[in-house]
Amino acid sequence: MIFSIVVQGAPHTQQSAESALRFARAVLAEGHQIYRVFFSGDGIHDGSALATPQQDEGHVVAGWQALARDHQLDLVVCIAAALRRGVIDASESKRHDKAQHNLAEGFTLSGLGQLTDAALNSDRVITFGS
Amino acid sequence: MSELSFLIINRRAPYASNQAREGLDAALTAAIFEQDVSMLFLSDAVYQLLKAQQPDAIGQKNLSANLQVLPMYDIDKLYVCAEALATRGLSVGQLVVPVEVLDKAQINALIKQQDRVLTF
Repeated sequence: MIFSIVVQGAPHTQQSAESALRFARAVLAEGHQIYRVFFSGDGIHDGSALATPQQDEGHVVAGWQALARDHQLDLVVCIAAALRRGVIDASESKRHDKAQHNLAEGFTLSGLGQLTDAALNSDRVITFGS
Repeated sequence: MSELSFLIINRRAPYASNQAREGLDAALTAAIFEQDVSMLFLSDAVYQLLKAQQPDAIGQKNLSANLQVLPMYDIDKLYVCAEALATRGLSVGQLVVPVEVLDKAQINALIKQQDRVLTF
């Protein structure tokens, strides 16, 4: 079965962010596919390269990156939600005349159309809410 | 691409978080992709539908104005939970757009009919 996962919870704030990551691992372990993971609302913080949780805690951002590396996951961060909250990639940083950018490697910024596209191309869309 | 039925479920009050706006944006985007979109308002999300919202007083954009343009995007199926209205002392006459009021059994049936459900 082909899944897409929507993540609306901020990492290390809401359990839904951690639950989404665990669900993704379980889906892949059972031999299913993940078409896309779409991060929206406060879930966009899952794509921050600057997240630095304490060493004895799980690292949600690194968890997604490792999973993406192993399984070629498409990790898409909602661009409108991300820019508002200060998660930005190099090209948006340049476009908006900012000095820094902080979108973590393995994630891409894109629009809400990617959510509809994910729903159209997956058998199941599972939302981890806020 | 074949047309699927999308149900956007809203659960949150309009201005306490950005969930209401995200739900509305997701509905409009699915409509632009020419999908069959309906929206369901549960719990505090019924407050999204109230007339005479004045969110500019707290520095927010008026979401109810966006609700009124939904028919232009062919989103004309708006459903509201009867219990959510009743427990908040609200009636359909206080809402800014025409809605269909559903009980719990009808809501279950509605969700079951859908190809895709997105929750906000």
